[in-house]
Amino acid sequence: MSGVVVAGVGLHPFGRFDDASTTDLGVVAVRAALREAGVGQGGFQAAFCGTAYGGVATGHKVLSRLGMTGMPIVDVEAGCASGGAALMVAAGAIRAGQYDTVLVFGTEKMPKGIIRSSFFEPWQEEAGLAATPAFFALRAQRLRLTAGVTKDHLARVVVKNRRHGAANPDAMYQKETSVDEVLASRVVCEPLHLFMLCSPNEGAAAVVLRRQDLVPAGSGSSPVPVHLAAAVLRSHVPGSVLSESTPLAGLADDTAPAPSTLAATDAYEEAGLGPGDLDVVECQDTDAARELLSCEELGLCEPGGSAALLDSGATALGGRLPVNPSGGLLSKGEPLGASALGQVVELVRQLRGECGARQVEGARTALSHTVGRGANAGVVILTR
Amino acid sequence: MVRPGLFTDADPPALLASRCAACGSHHFPRADACTYCAAEGPEPVELSARGTLWSWTAVTAPPPGYEGEIPFGVGVVELPEGVRVITRLTESDPGALAEGQEMELRVVPLHRDAEGNDVVTYAFSPAAGSAPAGGAAGS
Repeated sequence: MSGVVVAGVGLHPFGRFDDASTTDLGVVAVRAALREAGVGQGGFQAAFCGTAYGGVATGHKVLSRLGMTGMPIVDVEAGCASGGAALMVAAGAIRAGQYDTVLVFGTEKMPKGIIRSSFFEPWQEEAGLAATPAFFALRAQRLRLTAGVTKDHLARVVVKNRRHGAANPDAMYQKETSVDEVLASRVVCEPLHLFMLCSPNEGAAAVVLRRQDLVPAGSGSSPVPVHLAAAVLRSHVPGSVLSESTPLAGLADDTAPAPSTLAATDAYEEAGLGPGDLDVVECQDTDAARELLSCEELGLCEPGGSAALLDSGATALGGRLPVNPSGGLLSKGEPLGASALGQVVELVRQLRGECGARQVEGARTALSHTVGRGANAGVVILTR
Repeated sequence: MVRPGLFTDADPPALLASRCAACGSHHFPRADACTYCAAEGPEPVELSARGTLWSWTAVTAPPPGYEGEIPFGVGVVELPEGVRVITRLTESDPGALAEGQEMELRVVPLHRDAEGNDVVTYAFSPAAGSAPAGGAAGS
């Protein structure tokens, strides 16, 4: 069974682009990734496209514009983890010997404001129980009550990620902020202020995967080969009332493992390494509390230890384990179908040493994490 | 009623749940099969109308499809059956609530529909005669 390598990556910046269609954004990212991989027409045998709001045949519309159709093109929807799901399927097909080279991309234009999700039933919307930030806030409150997380911690997650994002030309927000400014923004759902929530937006990302034995070491356009060591998607097991599965009820205990923990555990096993081996992490930071919870669920610290991890400076650039050096979703914004692959593009560039002012020096092992409604949790591990 | 089969409008009202005879777990809303062990035919039960507050917040801008008043409280109440339930709260000031506070079930109006009827839903309210249990509430 051959390993899988990333032969090329491409990105359309994340932001708001009123004059560009979902297809336009995808074309930019796919074209860049194919060029980097040296792949042209007929050079890949399948394509998987992550999107949640793109509509029917989103992937076909992008590839038709590039004159590259005829192979299977499959749209993949797994909420925030759509790109992770597409990567898992593509990597599995390569490992199984079905394909040599596969294009994986995601493209998205999100509606503005609080996202209206077809996940909820109409009565839940009518009752006010389809307010996504409220579920984020209920989780944040539990961190405050059980893990010593304060509003100051939440604000400092934003300040950290926005400082990282200021060095990312593909981020939506490239301006630093301060604790005072974050806490002066309006309260959306206590304890979450506006600046603690990421903006749903638009963007695209693309990755070309290839059988490792078809990429001789030291050749190709990529200076450093990057290996896809694991790509895992998991859904929830029942029990947690605040799970991303967004149930109406759960058990009065905390024994159900989070879907992110399930995915991370599988990914560490698949890659043959553990959280202590990681050099850089891109994780779900839909809201500031979500980054802290992600650190705990991925095993980057002990349960309840995320505030201390932040306090230690470990997760900032220059620290022991930088988290979201791209600026995270708090700086980039979140285009669902492109979100996970955007993380993977960032991490491939980090492992190649291409990230300039936001470079994590000497990074050799990287983890990408997305989690959202479904529940869907995706974890990808990359090594060089 | 915002959705039939979710709660009763009796005095006192009750949430309509189901209980698995095989593993004893409760489900809200009522489930076709046990959501925990997949056993068929969970039995219909009503949940206790009193519980304690486990988490809470307030929504300050109208979410999609919502026509009621702003702000409004949303929280999680833990019931004696070993269940935590997502619910509206009648208290929309997070600073007035505390972890472990006694809460009781109410049926409250949401908004008036096109035919002029009040649409009601379930909500939890601080229990009569109970004071906040103390602990972190506001900032």
